[in-house]
Amino acid sequence: MLELKNISFGVESDGQSKEIIRDVSLTIPDNKFVVITGPNGGGKSTLAKLIVGIEKPTSGQIILNGEDITDKTITERAKMGMGYAFQQPVKFKGITVLDLVRLAAGKRLSPGDACDYLAAVGMCARDYIDREVDGSLSGGELKRIEIATVLAKGSSLSVFDEPEAGIDLWSFGNLIEVFEGMRENIHDSSILIISHQERILNIADEIIVLSDGKVTKQGSKEDVLPGLIGTSAAITGCSKVVMRKGGEAK
Amino acid sequence: MIQLDEIQKRLLMEVADLHKVPEGAFNIRSNGESAGRQSSANIEIIPKDNGSGLDIRIKPGTKNESVHIPVVMTKSGLTEVVYNDFYIGEGADVTIVAGCGIDNCGPKDSEHDGIHRFFIEKNASVKYVEKHYGSGEGTGKRILNPGTEVYMDEGSYAEMEMVQIKGVDDTNRKTTANLKAGAKLIVRERLMTHGEQRAISLYDVTLDGEGASADVVSRSVARDNSYQEFEAKIIGNAPCHGHTECDSIIMDNGRILAVPGLEANNVDAELFHEAAIGKIAGEQLTKLMTLGLTEAEAEEQIINGFLK
Repeated sequence: MLELKNISFGVESDGQSKEIIRDVSLTIPDNKFVVITGPNGGGKSTLAKLIVGIEKPTSGQIILNGEDITDKTITERAKMGMGYAFQQPVKFKGITVLDLVRLAAGKRLSPGDACDYLAAVGMCARDYIDREVDGSLSGGELKRIEIATVLAKGSSLSVFDEPEAGIDLWSFGNLIEVFEGMRENIHDSSILIISHQERILNIADEIIVLSDGKVTKQGSKEDVLPGLIGTSAAITGCSKVVMRKGGEAK
Repeated sequence: MIQLDEIQKRLLMEVADLHKVPEGAFNIRSNGESAGRQSSANIEIIPKDNGSGLDIRIKPGTKNESVHIPVVMTKSGLTEVVYNDFYIGEGADVTIVAGCGIDNCGPKDSEHDGIHRFFIEKNASVKYVEKHYGSGEGTGKRILNPGTEVYMDEGSYAEMEMVQIKGVDDTNRKTTANLKAGAKLIVRERLMTHGEQRAISLYDVTLDGEGASADVVSRSVARDNSYQEFEAKIIGNAPCHGHTECDSIIMDNGRILAVPGLEANNVDAELFHEAAIGKIAGEQLTKLMTLGLTEAEAEEQIINGFLK
């Protein structure tokens, strides 16, 4: 279980301090699939970075399974069972897909075992295992590999920052199935996803709406989702196109 | 054959991946003298009359054979210049493994300057691997100054892998190549310097014939207080294709100078240069740390991959 207690985070820009996260308290229970949504710029990605240790809160406490991890490093948190999928997957020169999956698993996996993780994200492993994790891969491919590394790491709390960002809708349709699979096999772990996609919100146990750095709604999918449909916090592929077109027409 | 000691054996393994006497043609040079030599039916290794090096003659049409000519030095204060000439006959397809390992435990500088000339005849194909390695706790420097000249006849192919990852204090490398019509040269250089080391690498590639092509790519890492210079010049005198790339990571107080040089003397010459120098991207470290690696482990993995 992960608890955030009165977390605030601010940055200095142009000599002015700006609060990005304002006194956020929330709990991610075990065995739950939780989605954080809300408007762009509302602080969602920052909150994910605070959870995994990439950013340090200005004030407040982060508790993982009863232990205060506020001052723990990224590495320590990873070793304690946190996984994190970047919104924009990182590229490397010379590091292959197999290398990265092995590093994630923390052991010398056989290529066959590594392939299982790639197959789980819908990739034909044979075609990819020796490819370098660099710009020669498409956005959708990098995203899948990113998710495969989180699967290979095997975390008790996996955080995914906007898995839909930067990939085409066709790839995303396939990715949804990956998350549906994770949802079914969630035993002894929790999943936290930052997303705007209605299809991801639809498989959530709980939804948290973060807006202007504050939690404005939190509850079960049944309670929260109906109020979000049609807003930018919950969009389907098609309505996104319609909304954008509509916006331009005005 | 002279018996090699453990240090010499270790050096041989580092520079030529040799655990024992290689199959095929070879010459092992140890502390300035031959510690073993063998020619094969198709590959002749002949000492030059004046003792300054070797002539390696590969018969036309020789296929899938290899030549190993590693050099090891374990005496402090030894300085040598060696001239080896490779004559690769028409249509041959061979692998040549060179390399030099210096273990210097003494106070004097040890230096090996290997000048290798390659005469690659029509439609011949060569894969050349050269590894440099230094070890030893002595205060004397380990110095390697390789000179490589490549003369490529029509339709020939050469792939050269030059690796210097550890322990060489001072290097001045100069590689020149001259390509006739349809010849293709590929160079992959990997270099890491640390401590107070200094490495200079200059390439001068002339594309003289129609359809000649060259691809010279260097990947390097400069750590501690080390310094590197990479200068790659490609001259296109015919309809040809040339590409050079220098991709470098700097760490600590490392310094790198990359100098591109392209000269087109024919309107159909296509020449490209790319260069990038920078420290390890923070997000690469962060990604590996989220997988449970420490910052130092992440750094090591990123550099290993980069120089692989």
